[in-house]
Amino acid sequence: MARFGMVIDTTKCVACMDCVVACKTENEVPEGLCRDWIVQEVKGAFPELQMEIRSERCNHCDNPPCVDCCPTGASHVEPLGLTVQVTGDVCIGCKACLASCPYDARYIHPEGYADKCTFCMHRVVEGLEPACVAVCPTRCMYFGDLDDPNSQVSRLIRSRKGHTLLPEAGTKPRIHFLT
Amino acid sequence: MHELTSTRANHLIDPSLHVWEWQIPVYLFLGGLVAGMMVISGYFLLSGRQKRTRCACFMLPSLSLILLSLGMFALFLDLEHKLYFWRLYTTFEILSPMSWGSWILMLVYPAILANLLLRLPAPLQVAFPRLQELSDQLVGHPMFVKWVGAVNMVLGGLLGVYTGILISTLAARPLWNSALLGPIFLLSGMSAAAAFVHMIAREAEERELLAKADNGFLMTELIFIALFVGGMATSTQVHQQAAGLLLGGPYTAVFWVFVVGLGIVFPLVIQLLAVNHKIQHTPVAPILVMLGGLLLRFVIVSAGQMSHWTGN
Ligand code: SF4
Ligand code: SF4
Repeated sequence: MARFGMVIDTTKCVACMDCVVACKTENEVPEGLCRDWIVQEVKGAFPELQMEIRSERCNHCDNPPCVDCCPTGASHVEPLGLTVQVTGDVCIGCKACLASCPYDARYIHPEGYADKCTFCMHRVVEGLEPACVAVCPTRCMYFGDLDDPNSQVSRLIRSRKGHTLLPEAGTKPRIHFLT
Repeated sequence: MHELTSTRANHLIDPSLHVWEWQIPVYLFLGGLVAGMMVISGYFLLSGRQKRTRCACFMLPSLSLILLSLGMFALFLDLEHKLYFWRLYTTFEILSPMSWGSWILMLVYPAILANLLLRLPAPLQVAFPRLQELSDQLVGHPMFVKWVGAVNMVLGGLLGVYTGILISTLAARPLWNSALLGPIFLLSGMSAAAAFVHMIAREAEERELLAKADNGFLMTELIFIALFVGGMATSTQVHQQAAGLLLGGPYTAVFWVFVVGLGIVFPLVIQLLAVNHKIQHTPVAPILVMLGGLLLRFVIVSAGQMSHWTGN
């Protein structure tokens, strides 16, 4: 069974926000909300500064607290690609999952249910890449099966230096940032 | 320097999480208060106190039903997808404390109703004479009465602990990340319920008993709060930052002055003087205890949402 994940090359990302716009368009994300966003992190002391630009979204964690805390089963792990998904008409809008996500990746859709990045599974089943990956002008995003040692994502993780976000939170995030 | 700039500006999330407002603290407080009332009235049934005609325990089941329903209504108001509320009862999610809580509440209602049946309120006695007959029959079975008492105590304990566990399992918010919140909320609920019964008790002996019990709960709660803050302040960096919200941060004054000072220490001193017959029993201490319990939930729910894991 596939275990989908992403690799994002932060040395190529220029914070153009194309991924954000593509996601909003593809998934009809309501105004004022977003499923992915850009973070610029600056560390160090002038002139020794380090900047990392990241396109962030739900990490489709291997150990997702948002699924564990959900009282209705609306938040669940989908067998296809082991992605974390929300079934809108099972969700009661209790917001426990919003509070349980250390990445603050979720929001409440104006219709009342919890919502977030789906890894564009509706595109993936058609053999397409997620919208954000497909539109990136610098091609800094890669999507694929982390369990397949020969997939591009697995090879990149093996061959390049990188990190995940807040590994100490114990969620085992599946988005890897190359540095 | 370490600076994060994000383009995300999602409602309820940014700049810091604020998904839960007044409804959840009110729900947690009323849940805790009812839990305490169930334990106290269960104890009264087990100890045979309910045989006394003026026992305050007779008021507790009907009050518990009203307060619990108000709490559930507050929870309902918080839901964003209200019409799907019933989805809670189409599944049991073993890892979700909220699912446990929903099902515990389904058991709590019949337990309180069974307790209510043992001494029907006067209007119900008149309106439903058949129910009164049933009540008379049930009271004639001491084992049944004891069972109702024991079940109320156990379910009350579970409900009280649940109100704290509900948020303590949300590990993404470091301030909530302590198992001590379960006993703290249980003790706070017990002490608020004892304070309430202390206030309404009509017999001096009962008032005395409840004031003494409340003093015990308040002292234990103080110890648990000290352990909670101390544990947090000596843990990892994110937990130290979370503790900082109560130790110098924006919640310091309200927590130490109002929750701990006026909600626990001051009423404890008053009640210690009262049980030692230095001063009269007045409603001042019980009211402060209840307000302190309510404010405790507000502070923990609000400060917890402000606490977060720091970025890489
Ligand atoms: S990033 Fe957040 S919402 Fe996504 S799977 Fe992990 S915990 Fe759940
Ligand atoms: S808001 Fe919806 S998806 Fe999230 S925990 Fe509650 S019921 Fe589950």
